[in-house]
Amino acid sequence: MSLTEKHKKLERNITLLAAATFVTVAIGGIVEIAPLFWIDNTIEEVDGMRPYSPLEQAGRDIYIREGCYSCHSQMIRPFRDEVERYGHYSLAAESMYDHPFQWGSKRTGPDLARVGGRYSDEWHVQHLENPQSVVPESIMPQYGFLAENDLKIADARAMLRALQTVGVPYTDSDLEKAETDLFAQADPDMDAGDLAERYPKAQIRDFDGNPDRVTEMDALIAYLQMLGTLVDFESGAPLEELAEETGR
Amino acid sequence: MQIEAALGRAGLWFLLLLLSVAVAATAKDAGFAAHAVIIGVIAFVMIWVTAGRFDPIAGGRTFFKMPDTPSVYDDEIVRWGALATMFWGVIGLLAGVFIASQMAFPWLNIEPYLNFGRLRPLHTSAVIFAFGGNALLATSFYVVQRTCRTQLALPSLARFVFWGYQLFIVLAATGYVLGVTQSREYAEPEWYVDLWLTIVWVAYLVVFVATLLKRNEPHIYVANWFYLAFIVTIAMLHVVNNLAVPVSFLGSRSYSAFAGVQDALTQWWYGHNAVGFFLTAGFLAMMYYFVPKQAERPIYSYRLSIIHFWSLIFLYIWAGPHHLHYTALPDWAQTLGMVFSVMLWMPSWGGMINGLMTLNGAWDKVRTDPIIRMMVMALAFYGMSTFEGPMLSIKSVNSLSHYTDWTIGHVHSGALGWNGMITFACLYYLFPRLWGRERMYSLRMINWHFWLATLGIVFYAASMWVAGVTQGLMWREYGPDGYLVNSFADTVAALHPMFLMRMFGGLLYLSGALVMTYNVWMTLAGKLRNEAPMTETPHDADRDKPIVDSRPPAAAGAAPDAVPAE
Repeated sequence: MSLTEKHKKLERNITLLAAATFVTVAIGGIVEIAPLFWIDNTIEEVDGMRPYSPLEQAGRDIYIREGCYSCHSQMIRPFRDEVERYGHYSLAAESMYDHPFQWGSKRTGPDLARVGGRYSDEWHVQHLENPQSVVPESIMPQYGFLAENDLKIADARAMLRALQTVGVPYTDSDLEKAETDLFAQADPDMDAGDLAERYPKAQIRDFDGNPDRVTEMDALIAYLQMLGTLVDFESGAPLEELAEETGR
Repeated sequence: MQIEAALGRAGLWFLLLLLSVAVAATAKDAGFAAHAVIIGVIAFVMIWVTAGRFDPIAGGRTFFKMPDTPSVYDDEIVRWGALATMFWGVIGLLAGVFIASQMAFPWLNIEPYLNFGRLRPLHTSAVIFAFGGNALLATSFYVVQRTCRTQLALPSLARFVFWGYQLFIVLAATGYVLGVTQSREYAEPEWYVDLWLTIVWVAYLVVFVATLLKRNEPHIYVANWFYLAFIVTIAMLHVVNNLAVPVSFLGSRSYSAFAGVQDALTQWWYGHNAVGFFLTAGFLAMMYYFVPKQAERPIYSYRLSIIHFWSLIFLYIWAGPHHLHYTALPDWAQTLGMVFSVMLWMPSWGGMINGLMTLNGAWDKVRTDPIIRMMVMALAFYGMSTFEGPMLSIKSVNSLSHYTDWTIGHVHSGALGWNGMITFACLYYLFPRLWGRERMYSLRMINWHFWLATLGIVFYAASMWVAGVTQGLMWREYGPDGYLVNSFADTVAALHPMFLMRMFGGLLYLSGALVMTYNVWMTLAGKLRNEAPMTETPHDADRDKPIVDSRPPAAAGAAPDAVPAE
């Protein structure tokens, strides 16, 4: 029976045709995506990774809300020029708590995977309020309104609980203190308690230059200032681990 | 009985109105509250509609001069779909030109609502899902009825699909401007809008399959295979990619089920196949019906359509990882993505060849029929961008092109050239038939549209190629001292002229669509432009004769003497 004769069975029966179509389009995804969940070397563990603090996560949500990913990637490729321009190439583990990922697809502006600590808080405030005032060639929009908006999170605890549901290892203590943590990280008048122990390397200070209020600007800068700072690439341990990694 | 039923329906709308007021009052964020208000307004309007005090559909029918005579097929929904395609097309192109202008003139960003980051998804969703989606809805309902020689199986469910889909678009678009987004490219709407789209999409599948089930033709025509693959696959992609946990059922924010690497590949498995099945399979379905109809020739090869259908839908799914070359995605997945992308070149060109060769014996129509010319240009751009795609998916090429405007240029040669042109051509075919008009108001305006659009694409694609290659080379340029030559800001400044040219190209393309809008409007009004036909070469019989000597015979006789023989 020729191909066209055999095919007549399919094209005379909508159930067969739909079933065959579904099977055909399902295969690729199953073979490519499913193994990523159980092949161990997909994500090589490195020291230093921890979940975001509530303020950083709130800043991350603002980053997403404003569509920053449209123009900024967070994924440094292992090329000489990129490593020199932006820092060590990005590791899979560095986005293991990113729901959703923010690797981006376009660099209208520079990569931000390791922007943390590169500029002062004051620079960030001025740059977000008027990018052209610090980088004349920039075509970035202005985000001055962030400094005027008080940071409002309906329920910080619910935010962390939702993230816990999808697999971020927040502890019960993190959940309990979520509301205090959220504001204490950016409010010099508040007692941050053991925030720094639960979120190592968390930067606790007023970020937007206005210590009286905790604004969206505080949250966004807290997020930007921690990007890429968790894994210490200067010390030997992560590099040794990387030297042994396979499958990349 | 009828009154009771109407009362019952009005009661349900009233309940929905109360519910939306309650949700708006207790919502956790402004975006969610705004969406509850939109639902409330719709419920309020529907109460009036149910009570019979207000009939916007009938009003629209009169306004757009839809024919009163009942059609043999269920074409009312196709008419609305064609109008929606036009409307959203102009909105989407306008948004595109505006954000292109923002990249040339950043002062056009008006914080916070009209910043580039919020408008970019508005543009992409408006052109892909609102313009492209409505074109697919309208044409699929038109084609499935004709090729099955039957009416729609569930006409009221089809109406729900159409209007439900418009609600999805409105919720998505207003959400972006208000900052409600998941940040997943081409899947930005949040969880509750995704749930709504799932309901609408399942209803779409039911209407389509049920119509195929009651067909009066033994065979399912090839266009319907493509429509079916498009509907089934988009359902699968949409559900898996949007798996997320909402923070609150009264708030818009949600967190995706997967993180990092897995999340990235799931998203680009979706993202690439939104192109593969929404913008390719679905539009190939349109091609498989409208090109043979307009050319009045059968499809070139039945065997080729079988081979290229199955290989296209099998291979496309694998190509997603080419969006993640040299990232933290495992190498094996990147290589698989690259290999399958290169293989994908063949079935893609199978579709192009099958479309173009359908014109065998009718190539003269390219010269005389502007609609055919648009279809041929669409297929040519389909061929070009499905060659460029596999090329860009090769890792060494991608290392230069990724993150640059080259990708943007590639997308637009496909979107403007293939999707835009084939949609315009199909609409030009549909409008006169759906409204019972002799032909479009003006064929010469179609010709104008063709050239404006083609020129616009050339400006767009060429400027973005140059911009992308410039950007990629400047980023990796080293001086003799061994240091990087350009700061990032230098590379931004270098692109300004290219951004201006892109904006101009977009303006040309938009103006073509505006010419079309006018042409369609006049067609609906039932007018025919008095113009020289495009299909005939002008012939003036009075002037078609030898030159008759009008001088007097005497002078004529003397003439030879006046000129010396030597």
